[in-house]
Amino acid sequence: MEILILFLPLAASIISGFFGKYIGDRNSEIVTSLFVLASAFLSILIFYNVIINGYENNIIIASWINSGTLNVNWSIKIDPLSSVMLVVVTVISALVHIYSIGYMSHDPHKPRFMAYLSLFTFAMLTLVTADNFLQLFFGWEGVGLCSYFLIGFWFKKDTANAAAIKAFLVNRVGDFGFALGIFLIFYLFGTLNYDEVFLKIPELVNKEISLLNNSPPFAFLGTAVKSIDLICLLLFVGAMGKSAQIFLHTWLPDAMEGPTPVSALIHAATMVTAGVFLVVRCSPIFEYSVLALNVVTIIGMSTAFFAATVALVQTDIKKIIAYSTCSQLGYMFFAAGVGAYNVAMFHLFTHAFFKALLFLGAGSVIHAFNNEQNINKMGSVWKKIPYTWTMMIVGTLALTGFPFLSGFFSKDAIIEFAYLKGNTTGILAAYVGIFTAFLTAIYSWRLIFKTFHGKYNNEEIKIGKIHESPAVMILPLIVLSIGSIFVGFLFKDLFIVHSDNYNFWNNSIKFLNPLSNDHPPFFIIIITPVLVTLSIPISYYLFIKNEKLTDLITESNKSLYNFFLNKWYFDELYNSIFVKPAKKIGSFFWKSVDIKIIDRFGPDGISEIIKILSLKARRFQSGYIYQYAFVMLLGFSAILTYLILY
Amino acid sequence: MDFPILSSLILLPSIGALFLLFANESTTKSRQTIKYVALFVAFVNFFISIYLWNLFDKSTFEFQFIEEKQWLKGFINYKVGVDGISILFIILTTFITPLCIISVNNSIKSRIKDFLIAILVMESLMIGVFCSLDLVVFYLFFEGGLIPMFLIIGIWGGDRRVYSAFKFFLYTLLGSVLMLIAIIVIYLTSGTTDVVKLYEIGIDSNFQNLLWLAFFSSFAVKTPMWPVHTWLPDAHVEAPTAGSVLLAAILLKMAGYGFLRFSIGLFPIASELFTPLIYFLSLIAIIYTSLVALMQEDMKKLVAYSSVAHMGFVTLGIFTFKQQGLEGSIIQMISHGLVSAALFLLVGVVYDRIHSRLIETYGGLVSVMPKYSILLMIFTLAAIGLPGTSGFIGEFLILMGVFQDSFLVATIASLGVILGAAYMLWLYKRVIFGKLINNDLLKISDLDKSELFILVSLALPTLFFGFYPEPLLNTIEVSVSNLIEIYNYNLNISGNNNG
Repeated sequence: MEILILFLPLAASIISGFFGKYIGDRNSEIVTSLFVLASAFLSILIFYNVIINGYENNIIIASWINSGTLNVNWSIKIDPLSSVMLVVVTVISALVHIYSIGYMSHDPHKPRFMAYLSLFTFAMLTLVTADNFLQLFFGWEGVGLCSYFLIGFWFKKDTANAAAIKAFLVNRVGDFGFALGIFLIFYLFGTLNYDEVFLKIPELVNKEISLLNNSPPFAFLGTAVKSIDLICLLLFVGAMGKSAQIFLHTWLPDAMEGPTPVSALIHAATMVTAGVFLVVRCSPIFEYSVLALNVVTIIGMSTAFFAATVALVQTDIKKIIAYSTCSQLGYMFFAAGVGAYNVAMFHLFTHAFFKALLFLGAGSVIHAFNNEQNINKMGSVWKKIPYTWTMMIVGTLALTGFPFLSGFFSKDAIIEFAYLKGNTTGILAAYVGIFTAFLTAIYSWRLIFKTFHGKYNNEEIKIGKIHESPAVMILPLIVLSIGSIFVGFLFKDLFIVHSDNYNFWNNSIKFLNPLSNDHPPFFIIIITPVLVTLSIPISYYLFIKNEKLTDLITESNKSLYNFFLNKWYFDELYNSIFVKPAKKIGSFFWKSVDIKIIDRFGPDGISEIIKILSLKARRFQSGYIYQYAFVMLLGFSAILTYLILY
Repeated sequence: MDFPILSSLILLPSIGALFLLFANESTTKSRQTIKYVALFVAFVNFFISIYLWNLFDKSTFEFQFIEEKQWLKGFINYKVGVDGISILFIILTTFITPLCIISVNNSIKSRIKDFLIAILVMESLMIGVFCSLDLVVFYLFFEGGLIPMFLIIGIWGGDRRVYSAFKFFLYTLLGSVLMLIAIIVIYLTSGTTDVVKLYEIGIDSNFQNLLWLAFFSSFAVKTPMWPVHTWLPDAHVEAPTAGSVLLAAILLKMAGYGFLRFSIGLFPIASELFTPLIYFLSLIAIIYTSLVALMQEDMKKLVAYSSVAHMGFVTLGIFTFKQQGLEGSIIQMISHGLVSAALFLLVGVVYDRIHSRLIETYGGLVSVMPKYSILLMIFTLAAIGLPGTSGFIGEFLILMGVFQDSFLVATIASLGVILGAAYMLWLYKRVIFGKLINNDLLKISDLDKSELFILVSLALPTLFFGFYPEPLLNTIEVSVSNLIEIYNYNLNISGNNNG
């Protein structure tokens, strides 16, 4: 059954990708959707089995690399952690497949699109079911590749191509850290298998290594670092790349160039959460590194805050949601950073539903507006597209953490556990979390009000032309919105609470110190829901009732506004310190060093010298006997002198 | 095994070439026949080599299928034999050669017969390199390989072919002379040039450093390592497609093979001493040439520079003296043989149609050449070492080996992986994606049957070995660990003699 879950999407991808031309668009769509749907049902069965019976399994499919002491297998590991991911990935993927049938109906390359989606699903499944770091890395790169394909799906758009390459390269920077982390793990443990590595961790807790010590010429620079810290930080660099955390986040907003179903599946619900999954999967390592956990917390909360501020002022509907994703991923990281891995997973789980819902809803809006994405060119259409509007409202309520919807349970739990952690970073994270939750609510409602309410601002399309999306697109939205409402309530006990006699996570998550069972002060519990609820009238006032006030606020804070609008100038910064210098240096090496130095003093120089010498030598062959005789005489006397003297 | 299977492998292509020498190529039909004969010979050779692989006993490190003939009154022995390492290179050679011959169709317009003769002779010489067990025999094959290549560039090359051929020859000859002197010195001091015997008795540690440097100068040029790499881009740019393929896929591997077989095994003390030098030059090759590749405007030059960077990984891996590093280097060489061959062929495909190698000529090819785009994507991904391709296995194992030796070197080398993705994907984007602006491209035809056959033949092993490298790793495992043992053993005995 596990094998079917993995290989059904792969089979679907191959059928649609290679034979799509022969079986036709419609059949490709049906095959891929059905196969992935089947995979989703099987995943739910497995999940059920894991919950009820504590089912675990580790299937070895084949051996992959055997080199010296390095032995790596292709495997499927089923444990509570991977079963949760299986459900998230396959369910969202199946819904997105179905939605795409409607969304991509005018596209000429439907089979290719469906093939990429299924291939992505396969890669993501190999990532979550790995039992070793190398297969994880395989899936990691595989999803990155599919993401690259899908962002650049509309290959005629230059911006889409540029965004695709940017996504790949920024992720490569993360992978660079990840790969070094894997090398270090192998260096220290001699294996890449999770269980074997995790088993040996306690032995190495206090082992220190010198970063440069094993490179002889640099030994004197050696600085000792705790090996566990180093492993965690390197792995976390990988996680930051994939999960678009601050400094390595720049690719995610650009990735919105891809078709919207892609944004929902890859850049909201599944791939970008791989970084969180990695940290949670490695909880047996992270638990021993206080430093790394603090870094994770700080990066997480910085991202949550940073992305929320940027989302406040963007006008592209997808970019707002993209920054929102960035921000929510930040929440997951600081949950993991304070040791509440299960809560991080819970937020990952609920977020998958409401964020996919928001993206697909946004897709429906974009579809209605004929590919318009600027929220300033929308408005007042809530009656025209009532289903989409309702679903978006549900998604927004869930995202902002409105009481009793799914986001409420997971987000509040994160803030509470951060507070309960009790150390400085934890409490700081809790306050940042509360403030960010407020910002989240403001920008989310801004999106809703500007898109659906107020005046109609589009001059190109008449309001009468705005139409609701077809049922094939609405149906997945309904399923997701049911999920967004109920999964928080239904699964909160399973994910968060663990008593002595039942612990869902079993050994898949390691808690060095059990999570606190205390309750935080009352105001911490109550403040977020209150702020979130208050934000609705505030946003309504700011963005519908009294837009002049909003303009006034932006006018009086112009520089701050620009700072947010330009995404804190990260792109400009990276462009001037990495991209441009790399090109300059490349030109310099090529035109100056290769051609002007190496060639000039190398082969060209040698041949030049030989030429000059032979020109000189040619002069000797003058043909005049007296000259030859003179030279002979000179030589003769030189030899004689030599013989006489010595 | 009485049947001289290795000698047959070496001789068969030359016999085929001899046959062709007397053929008449005046008519189109006879030209076709000539091609089929050459192809037939190359394919037979390929199947013999596969048969050889089948017979090969993977469980022992001993050289197998050894043949020995006295020559020059016993001064020099013609001695050939294979171990797990050389057999893979032989198969690579016999696999690439027929594909080259098929590709000749479109790219070579004149003197096809002579061209095919050059290719077949070269195949003989290259197989000879990979199975010779005597230094003099190795030297003859190694240098002999220069001559057909020199002719291929000089006769069938582009506009600046003479300059390129001359540069190629000047560089490679310089190194070769030093290697010849070194071989003579080895004969004078050790009394033999038999590699197997030399492994046992070791080489006087007083001479090792100089001898190592002499061999190094030859191998470094051929690899090519920085700063003696500048002949490669020129040679590639001017060479016809089939020439570039042979050059990148096999000729460059002779140097890597030489490092493995001779530098490590014969001169362990010197190898250890000079490891920092190799690391340093390899790192420069990786970072420097990647940056240079980023800025290239000529597709072939870009691929050529990327070859230098990839070979930088190979030299890095070899001098780790670790199982993973060495195995990674060998896999990387095989993989690069497949991938660079394919990339040069792919550049050749559009060059044959549009007669431009400049990147700016192209753009938007995906809408007119879908098959081409898919195959170029596969090899682009293999070149940047994505998991699931053979390139990943090589690079990953190398870096893993290097990491055990030096964190710093591994970290810098890993940066090259990022740059590699940058220049390859940027190239792909500029050639394949975007709007189709150049009107000449509208009429361009997609891959024809023979091109498709060649490229798919290269893509299948690239992907297969990415998912299941076991057949390769299995073949080299024992030989590599034996090589490391020889290295350590000689390191000790030479060290003891010295002390």
